[in-house]
Amino acid sequence: MDFILEGLRQAFLLLFSGNAETYSAVAATLAVSSYAMAVSLAVGIPSGFALGHLRFAGRRQVRLVVDTLMSLPTVFIGLIVYAFVSRQGPLGHMGLLFTLEGIAIGLTILALPVVISLSASAVESTDANLRTTLLSLGAGKPQLMLGTLWETRHAILAGALAAYGRVMTEVGIAMIVGGNIKWHTRTITTAIALETNKGQFAMGIALGLVLLLIAFVVNGSVSFLRKR
Amino acid sequence: MKTLFSIVKRHLLWVLMLAWLCGPAWAAEPQQLLMATTTSTDNTGLLDYLAPHFTKATGIDIRWTATGTGKALALGQNCDVDVLLVHAPAAEKKYVEAGYGQNRREIMYNDFVFIGPTADPAGVKGKSVAQALEAIKAKKAAFISRGDNSGTHKMELQLWQLANLPKPEKESWYVSTGQGMLTSINVAAEKSGYILTDRGTYIKYAYDKGGQPPMVVLVEGDDVLRNQYSVIEVSPKNCANAKADLARKFSDWMADSQAQKLIGDFKLLGQPLFIPNAK
Repeated sequence: MDFILEGLRQAFLLLFSGNAETYSAVAATLAVSSYAMAVSLAVGIPSGFALGHLRFAGRRQVRLVVDTLMSLPTVFIGLIVYAFVSRQGPLGHMGLLFTLEGIAIGLTILALPVVISLSASAVESTDANLRTTLLSLGAGKPQLMLGTLWETRHAILAGALAAYGRVMTEVGIAMIVGGNIKWHTRTITTAIALETNKGQFAMGIALGLVLLLIAFVVNGSVSFLRKR
Repeated sequence: MKTLFSIVKRHLLWVLMLAWLCGPAWAAEPQQLLMATTTSTDNTGLLDYLAPHFTKATGIDIRWTATGTGKALALGQNCDVDVLLVHAPAAEKKYVEAGYGQNRREIMYNDFVFIGPTADPAGVKGKSVAQALEAIKAKKAAFISRGDNSGTHKMELQLWQLANLPKPEKESWYVSTGQGMLTSINVAAEKSGYILTDRGTYIKYAYDKGGQPPMVVLVEGDDVLRNQYSVIEVSPKNCANAKADLARKFSDWMADSQAQKLIGDFKLLGQPLFIPNAK
């Protein structure tokens, strides 16, 4: 039990004494999660919107596949990405193994189905009157789409935050693809796993609290921007 | 302010995407050596201690990923690393013979010890390895195994074999953790069980417990318990893109008198964790 309180104390020390190792892990975590979120939002929101908005044959089947992919185990994604980016793998020449970019690719695969599925749900659950209202106001097809997108922005944002939460806290992909290399690919979560392996439980808890604090700042900023 | 925010909001995505595309360009750095090693060299802090000296002497930036010896060998075989620092001599020799590695060079050793709770429920203290394993089996005392194909795990399996005992698998007292050395020692401490560990990691464990560990060394000194660490260069014949020249520099440096002295000077609680023995 002592190590929980000790962890709290160490979390403050790590952050305010400018511990270089901690900041390196924080930077790695922020870098990979930003890459992954940027790509999965850029690709996922339009695809999710199309999936929810358009009516085409096989839509429900596509939806089912995307929803299933939300349950992809992260260690499995890690292993598949490893198989591709290993120097013996098809993408081996790109030298992505043990890099932050490699981790970001895995995290994108993790986040994409979440963004697509939740965006699609957001669009599907819009008020049926919205369409008629927009049409009666003389909206053309593009305006109808933009109007729907605008009305669903909060639900899509919630989906993005859910995906962000998964990406930030992910450990399997970061460990297998990143290799937990100090100063380079050690993220906060792989650092926690390492400290736990070493029996330094207080240090692990401290790093967990640091991660939580970052999530708090991110969610806080989003909620601030949303108000404006 | 409001306009600034909206501009930032509008362009953030593109900036981030651009950064993502440019990312791989930053990653290219010259003179970078990648090593796969075992948890014991990393968890004890030895590599953190040696790496700056190596970089200073050679200008090479060394990075390592710490895992079990089994996975480290696989990473070398898949050409994902340039050099290995591992400790499973039999597997290493096969590995070099198979053409995956070259220039296996012994660098340092420590020894394996059996540790257990101070109460020693199976009464193994001071016994030979074979007698100790027999006693543990007879008393059905908890025995913790790494179970992860690491160098330590390979050694443990070999010891059961040398003692002419069947490899325990599903027995209720045999706990296979599948995790690193220190994690497994912690499991053993929680279960008041016995475990085989390298001495370096045990000293680190004792140090972390403030020099008063609940687990003590009970069986040691048997010739079969020697734990040899070697550097193996990933063979450029198997992996055209392995940095064989840098790997050779690392191997040479580790066997050099300066590094050998550094290894010998690396102590916790006044005890050396590894004993240099490069020829």
